[in-house]
Amino acid sequence: MANLLVKGGRVVDPATATDEVSDLLVIDGRIAERRGKGKGTAGAPPETTIIDARGLLVCPGFVDMHVHLREPGQEHKETIETGTRAAAAGGFTSVACMPNTDPWNDSLSITEYIVTEARRKAVVNVFPIGCVSKGGRGEELAEIGDMVRSGIVAVSDDGRPVASTYLMRMALEYTKIFGIPVIDHCEDRALAAGGSMNEGYVSTMLGLKGIPAAAEEIAVGADLALARLTGGRLHLAHLSTRGSLEAVRRAKEGGLAVTCEVAPHHLVLTEKAVMESDYDANTKMNPPLRSKEDVAALLQALADGTIDAIASDHAPHHTDEKLQEFDDAPFGIAGLETSVALMMDRLVRPGVITFGRLVELMARNPARILGINKGTLQPGADADITLIDPGLEATVDVGRFQSKSRNSPFHGWTLRGWPVTTIVGGRVVHDLRSAAGH
Amino acid sequence: MLEGSDRTREGAARTRGSARPRPAGRRPAARPAAAEVEPAARPGEAKGEPEPVARLAHRHLLGMLGVTAGEITLILDTAKSLAEVSTRAIKKVPALRGKTIVNFFMEPSTRTRSSFEIAEKRLSADTLNFSPSTSSVVKGESLLDTARNLEAMTPDMIVIRHKASGAPHFLARHCRSNIINAGDGAHEHPTQALLDAFTIREKKGRLAGLRVAIVGDLMHSRVFRSNAFLLKTMGADVIACGPPTLLPPELPRLGMQVTYRMDEAVEGADVIMMLRVQRERQRGGAFPTAREYYNLFGLTSERVRRARSDVIIMHPGPMNRGVEIDSAVADGPYSVILDQVTNGVAVRMAVLYLLAGGTLGELAG
Repeated sequence: MANLLVKGGRVVDPATATDEVSDLLVIDGRIAERRGKGKGTAGAPPETTIIDARGLLVCPGFVDMHVHLREPGQEHKETIETGTRAAAAGGFTSVACMPNTDPWNDSLSITEYIVTEARRKAVVNVFPIGCVSKGGRGEELAEIGDMVRSGIVAVSDDGRPVASTYLMRMALEYTKIFGIPVIDHCEDRALAAGGSMNEGYVSTMLGLKGIPAAAEEIAVGADLALARLTGGRLHLAHLSTRGSLEAVRRAKEGGLAVTCEVAPHHLVLTEKAVMESDYDANTKMNPPLRSKEDVAALLQALADGTIDAIASDHAPHHTDEKLQEFDDAPFGIAGLETSVALMMDRLVRPGVITFGRLVELMARNPARILGINKGTLQPGADADITLIDPGLEATVDVGRFQSKSRNSPFHGWTLRGWPVTTIVGGRVVHDLRSAAGH
Repeated sequence: MLEGSDRTREGAARTRGSARPRPAGRRPAARPAAAEVEPAARPGEAKGEPEPVARLAHRHLLGMLGVTAGEITLILDTAKSLAEVSTRAIKKVPALRGKTIVNFFMEPSTRTRSSFEIAEKRLSADTLNFSPSTSSVVKGESLLDTARNLEAMTPDMIVIRHKASGAPHFLARHCRSNIINAGDGAHEHPTQALLDAFTIREKKGRLAGLRVAIVGDLMHSRVFRSNAFLLKTMGADVIACGPPTLLPPELPRLGMQVTYRMDEAVEGADVIMMLRVQRERQRGGAFPTAREYYNLFGLTSERVRRARSDVIIMHPGPMNRGVEIDSAVADGPYSVILDQVTNGVAVRMAVLYLLAGGTLGELAG
């Protein structure tokens, strides 16, 4: 079962500087060899499954380094099982799950629960992220060492910012023991309090309380200064403003080892979506959808390398929770099943970035940031592979999501370029072609 | 479906909005692009009264943004015709006989709710009042469930007042009734702007080219937004004034002047609109004390003297006397504050009548 020959696809693997039509041989769940297409099945074990990849892009399985799986405690929104099914359907072979569950993942026992549940029910690799602070309360450090032993790959209080500059300093210092990054949701809470969308022209028109760009930029500035002070490993989550990207660009030019991610919705939607949807709460997320100038700056930063990763910030919520007054609805959208197609359609197809760069942003770099042995197709690597049909056109239908939740602003969008087959450790965990009867 | 088709024939089909309920959840944008708010006419350009259109383009009144000058004129002309009803010995016409209207007020309101109720009764509609203390909302029912239950009683129209911006849009997405926004959060209060426009037109004969100062807590004011959209559409000059801590961003992009100096704002004004300081919506810290606010932004007789000699002073109520306005001004000769209240009934009658499919021609004939 774990022997595969993926034949005739265009193999794209930035880690090995590969971009050519070739075959990929998988033996025992690991990449055995990439070889010219003339070789046929020679050298393959007898029980090798052949996957016809002609016309498809073959790349290292995508890694979503920022998802909320909601388990334990909020299983009405999502579970490890449904969330990882959504991941597989969306072309992801690994996800890193944020600690703001109920209870928060702030101790060995919760981390072990997640790891155990994932082993039993997950269809893709799950890498837990632990809390920076106990209970995510922002007061004192959680037992990070314990959680590292149980399998966390980073710490964050995401859902909230790390509460104070002092705590952030402690976290950046303390995590040096383990060599894991501190991931921050950058938001000055006093400035953002009560806001539900970007502050600007549209919030003025709609009479909604705004969250100014400065609320994010102030926190980014503070974090960068602390990374400089401590030499700690800082990763900034879902950046959304021009000012944030400018600050990161300057910091990188100054030699600081900081990394950052952006979310697909911040690249393809602006604050105007709130108005155009007449206050649909599926356009409400934190950070909020920003101005078109911000979107342009994000696209620029994608192209020039300032941005290291694209991550969905998959934030599933129950339909009842989103079907409320805009001010009362929770922040966040489901992203796992639309991210890759959105980026194929809106970034790769119009040539904003190459497909190779997309693979860096969505597979190789997130794996490197988290220090996990993923994101490449080099021989010996786990056979986590995503196959993409660049010509496939399909319409997003939230009714067909594998996720438990339906909260997407992209329902009804027709996109071209979809993941069709997802392979984890040599096992096919999602195959649109067989499902569709190809 | 008999009920529905009847309504469709009598009501919605006569306006051009979609008559059928949409599936829950999503729908294409009904809002105009933001650029459409740009003023239709600037000072010095043609200031003729726009011709009224035959009927309203949408089946709901959710806000003044996107409502055209022709539609505004239609509502104001209709209100003028209907105002006469309130002067009769028997103040009632049968225009909405057999129609059921729900007044769904989720925020305290005396003036607006009474005004709607009187307007409905003078048009012979059956009315039902629904407010937090008498409703299951206090038992934790969601807005969606409340809306569905209201719908199940097949009202023809729902008048909604709600603390959340966008709540009427939410209702419009999930209900078949015509929705009228009676004030949503800090967003819009369209019938207030219409009655203000009616009052200004009554006193000044026009809206275009007038200099209108709007003063106060503009950030949290739905009255400000609706008035600003309406006045810009009708070609008036709007001067926005208040402490910068209570002004929303990007007002110049909406085509209005901004000043933090009260004396500058009222200089040469044809109309001064004072807005209430809304302590209940503010986070606090926007200004130090009511006393200092009054010194900087309070409307006093001295300041009124800077305006044109025929200036009119307006306030949507309820007033904070001695905070944003001096009693001598509120009760003085330039004040039209009580005319606003009177005109509210006629304007709301016009909105109800037009949304139910009535025409100005029928009234004249």
